Amino acid sequence: MPALMLQGLTKRYGGVAVVDELSLEIVPGRCHGLLGPNGAGKTTTLRLALGLIEADAGEIRLLGHRLPHEATIARRRVGVVPQTDSLDPDFTVRENLLVYGRYFGLRRRDIESRIPALLEFAGLAGKADAKVPTLSGGMKRRLTLARALINDPELIVLDEPTTGLDPQARHLVWQGLRRLINQGKTLLLTTHFMDEAERLCDMISIIDRGRIIAEGSPRELITRHIEPHVVEVFGEGLDAWEGCASRLCRRCERAGETLFCYADDPKVVTDALEARAGLRYLHRPANLEDVFLKLTGRNLRD
Amino acid sequence: MRWIAVWQRNFQVWKKLAGPSILGNLADPLLYMLGLGYGLGRFLGEVQGVPYLTFLAAGTLAYSVMNSATFEALYSAFSRMHVQKTWDAILNTPLTLSDVLLGEWAWATSKSLLSGLAILLVIWALGIYADFAMTLWLLPVIVLTGLTFAGLGLMLNALAPNYDFFLYYLTLFITPMVLLSGVFYPTDALPVWLATIAQGLPLTHAIALARPLVLGHWPEAPVLNVVVLLAFAVAGFLIGLRLTRRRLLR
Repeated sequence: MPALMLQGLTKRYGGVAVVDELSLEIVPGRCHGLLGPNGAGKTTTLRLALGLIEADAGEIRLLGHRLPHEATIARRRVGVVPQTDSLDPDFTVRENLLVYGRYFGLRRRDIESRIPALLEFAGLAGKADAKVPTLSGGMKRRLTLARALINDPELIVLDEPTTGLDPQARHLVWQGLRRLINQGKTLLLTTHFMDEAERLCDMISIIDRGRIIAEGSPRELITRHIEPHVVEVFGEGLDAWEGCASRLCRRCERAGETLFCYADDPKVVTDALEARAGLRYLHRPANLEDVFLKLTGRNLRD
Repeated sequence: MRWIAVWQRNFQVWKKLAGPSILGNLADPLLYMLGLGYGLGRFLGEVQGVPYLTFLAAGTLAYSVMNSATFEALYSAFSRMHVQKTWDAILNTPLTLSDVLLGEWAWATSKSLLSGLAILLVIWALGIYADFAMTLWLLPVIVLTGLTFAGLGLMLNALAPNYDFFLYYLTLFITPMVLLSGVFYPTDALPVWLATIAQGLPLTHAIALARPLVLGHWPEAPVLNVVVLLAFAVAGFLIGLRLTRRRLLR
């Protein structure tokens, strides 16, 4: 039984389908990433999947429960890390966990016995009695993650868990998430960081305009949708190079003053580039970001 | 009964600041009651056959309960809903929006009960009542008045884009109501058209229940008063719930 099953899900706002006949299955024990540009429908999909809003059409099963009718029962076994900080600023770290545990109907004794392990997990062991406003951004996010685990959930839903964090803080959150994956938890996360998705996710759904436009493991997506090598070229004489490059590589894409050359054999391209003074280049393996940009385009979404 | 967890959360925050909170809730109505009661009372002599201070006591009680419930359901609930996103966090748990609003409704009513109790203690301490047993009936009146203004407050809260919005409600509804509902003088002193308007205001009905109980006789039309207050309370809450659902869960 999938941890989450969405079937033909549609949600319209003012006649516009923000989620458009979207179907998705999340395998238990896996980390599933939802990738998409701003406004693609990621957060709306999560809110539908949690039974917070009602779909205009389609079917939702969360941990086997039919939504929205059984949302309260299903959410007992789900943990949520929301996009915006919603910790209680009047409470200490410990009190935040205690109060949140009560919303799940847990007994005080049971919550208290879980708190030390959760604080250790979140790297907040010495901070139990610290007030929330004194915590750094990374600590707050880790506390939010610990809070989402207070009910020992089977499925953890994370909406952009590392947005706004510095690299050190991001790595700490990733470590935590990887520990959860190793414990066999199911994770559903949205992100626009491709490296995050590539690192953590077993399965990725790329979503745009409310539809899933590609799905697979990070490696599958890269091999299926893009050439293995990328040479990014910039500098003087780019216009002249553009004509030549289109003959040397399978696909070229111009973005401002950079030409992205996608090739099966990068050596041909780099050899040709060496001969051209004034041009600089960066050769790297293709990654998920290349797939993402190819599928969703380079235009800004606001 | 899941909503109790929401009530508990607010109670736990309140406990941390209980001292200043109680003082703030008590000082203002008490100063009105004692200042006007003794000060104006000297010139007025008796109103409806009792010293002015005694007359003013029930009005102050109702007005204090109203204020306390109103401020909790407007400003405090708004910061939890809009600024701190506390409600959003709760909605991700097994609790529903009805649970959240029920908890907030009960909480704002509890705070107003505390304000009402404080004034009642002063009434008892100063001995400005006729029959002690009858003043005990003020307790359900306080709760009902609290539910009424907490319910109305939650409705306004659902509509508010920011804190400034509440000033409309306070200056266009609450303040005129304090002046028209018989807090400071009997409503029959008003011209007929104003008295008619006053009859439609919930605070008038709260005072119509509270004042006789302080003065030692039964209210004249308790069923009408209770029905009007209940209607405002339930309508305010249900409309508030509907509007909040549209605001947060769309």
